[in-house]
Amino acid sequence: MNAVIKLLSALLEWVDARFPLLKMWNEHLAKYYAPKNFNFWYFFGSLALVVLVIQIVTGIWLTMNYKPSAEHAFASVEYIMRDVEWGWWIRYMHSTGSSAFFIVVYLHMFRALLYGSFKKPRELLWLTGMFIYLTLMAEAFFGYLLPWGQMSYWGAQVIISLFGAVPVIGDQLALWIRGDYVVSDVTLNRFFAFHVIAMPLVLLGLVFVHIIALHEVGSNNPDGVEIKKFKDANGIPLDGIPFHPYYTVKDIVGVTVFLIFFSLVVFYAPEMGGYFLEHANFIPADPLKTPEHIAPVWYFTPFYAILRAVPSQFGGVVAMGLATMMFFFLPWLDRSPVKSIRYRGWKYKTALATFVVSFLTLGWLGMEVATPLYTWLARFFSVIYFAFFFLMPFYTSTDNDKPVPDRVR
Amino acid sequence: MRSHNLITFIFILFAPVTFAASGNLAGYHMKVDSSDVKSLQRGARIFVNYCTGCHSAAYMRYNRLGKDIGISEEILKSNFMFGTDKPGDTMNIAMRASDAINFFGTAPPDISVIARSRGADWLYGYFMTFYSDPARPFGVNNLQFKDVAMPHVLWELQGIQKPVYKTVTHKDGTEAEVFDGLEQISPGILPEGYNEYKQVVYDLVNFLVYLSEPAKFQRQKIGIWVIIYLLSFLVIAFLLKKEYWKDIH
Repeated sequence: MNAVIKLLSALLEWVDARFPLLKMWNEHLAKYYAPKNFNFWYFFGSLALVVLVIQIVTGIWLTMNYKPSAEHAFASVEYIMRDVEWGWWIRYMHSTGSSAFFIVVYLHMFRALLYGSFKKPRELLWLTGMFIYLTLMAEAFFGYLLPWGQMSYWGAQVIISLFGAVPVIGDQLALWIRGDYVVSDVTLNRFFAFHVIAMPLVLLGLVFVHIIALHEVGSNNPDGVEIKKFKDANGIPLDGIPFHPYYTVKDIVGVTVFLIFFSLVVFYAPEMGGYFLEHANFIPADPLKTPEHIAPVWYFTPFYAILRAVPSQFGGVVAMGLATMMFFFLPWLDRSPVKSIRYRGWKYKTALATFVVSFLTLGWLGMEVATPLYTWLARFFSVIYFAFFFLMPFYTSTDNDKPVPDRVR
Repeated sequence: MRSHNLITFIFILFAPVTFAASGNLAGYHMKVDSSDVKSLQRGARIFVNYCTGCHSAAYMRYNRLGKDIGISEEILKSNFMFGTDKPGDTMNIAMRASDAINFFGTAPPDISVIARSRGADWLYGYFMTFYSDPARPFGVNNLQFKDVAMPHVLWELQGIQKPVYKTVTHKDGTEAEVFDGLEQISPGILPEGYNEYKQVVYDLVNFLVYLSEPAKFQRQKIGIWVIIYLLSFLVIAFLLKKEYWKDIH
């Protein structure tokens, strides 16, 4: 035993003389000091990383059997579901994983809104996170075409045609994206390339930058106070604890709970009542037959509702784009000196609650057929959605914020 | 199966089922049971006798079917496969799509995943509600799928139904004929009539649901062990976390 340990430490020394392994381990895990008061909301960062790994690993295995061609794509997915050993399991993990990714990321972003994690000094951290979110949306959009079902096909058709609403160059732009006059084999091939190579590379790069940025400024916490202000004689934050082992063992608990819910869906409700796998997507893509009702997957529906709420198509596209981009400006729109919702006044609390309600309602409206009543509801909640951002400088600067403690509670 | 049902039930609480239920005829609901092998076997028999003349199941292999629902290779060869098919082949048909369009006006769709796009209740309502309609090319129409191009291939089992109308008086005094239901006008060959036909349709739809996802039974069987494992691991993980965190205040 002793000999083995000696050998291993000799090996570590050898590596360390050539690569900063121990230094990296310490900087990012063993001597990275995180606030000791993380709560439930702080699980979702590590969970996002877990889902990313699930998606990449299952994605690699799916790629081994999937055929990106208009003629064979649908059949190859069914081949995976039936003839590939454990293929159904790999595929359901991937399809459930895409919805899980958005659930986890939305909760992760909501955490930032709760505790002001986007505020100074974490503006860049927030921006890199937003780029991850946009990349994730692109990744999901490209991936959704691949099963080549009716909803894949017509969903892509609708979204790409939105680019046609851009003045002057619109039609040429849509044509350039599709590579054809309609969504076709050419489109499927390039979307496959984007889905399995381009976007994952960007995503991994951004996640790396996101974590480096986090470890540079340090984590925020539910009290929204900077733990680096009060350090002991060794320069260690008084309210900080080493990420490893404390948060690694804690995150293992979070990951296990997540995997329980994840497995319940994978094994017992992979279609999730038509929300994770849409019923119409079990009909092979047919360029000649438009489905009665085209709706994107649930994670895009809030923005789809905003798109449909605006009477002009180009206006709708602009509103939808703006709705996703508004998050980028949060660090500068929020004028409150207080980070955490625990010490904010009633105005921000009300605004955030109203925003959540409008986001969820828009999400529901985006799945439904747009009746006149629903369209007016969508308009109403779109206004609230944007008001949350545009009025933020006013209600945050005049809020009756409470005094913030020096150290975490 | 009980535990699976419970878990499914929990999920139904979370996932509104309106999506799946839209567009189904009222009054035609069936509870799928993928573990009822006898029902699946009867359904498979109806499927090969009445459906596979026109409909392929191009993603399903004969031997997978045999293995999953307990049909021996001899029976598969003598009763399920026709022509030169090998047990490892998928369930294709001889009819060309171009011919089918000439015969029916449209090519009959592949049936492999039809139950996943339509849903069991839709299919159940569909097979129950063919009725006599001389205006249609094959003399039948359907309540669930109006003006469907498919003939009522199960007519000899069900017999023939015709629509019954009743006269209603609107508030403004005008009278109108509205659809009131279906009435049996000639019996089928099944000795027990309507109830036996209902069982036939149940078996067929049960089979179509199996056909649309052969791994379903397997995943439900494995899933419970995965959950049990994760729950046990959760206990260990939680105790480990508690042990490490006892000095953090």
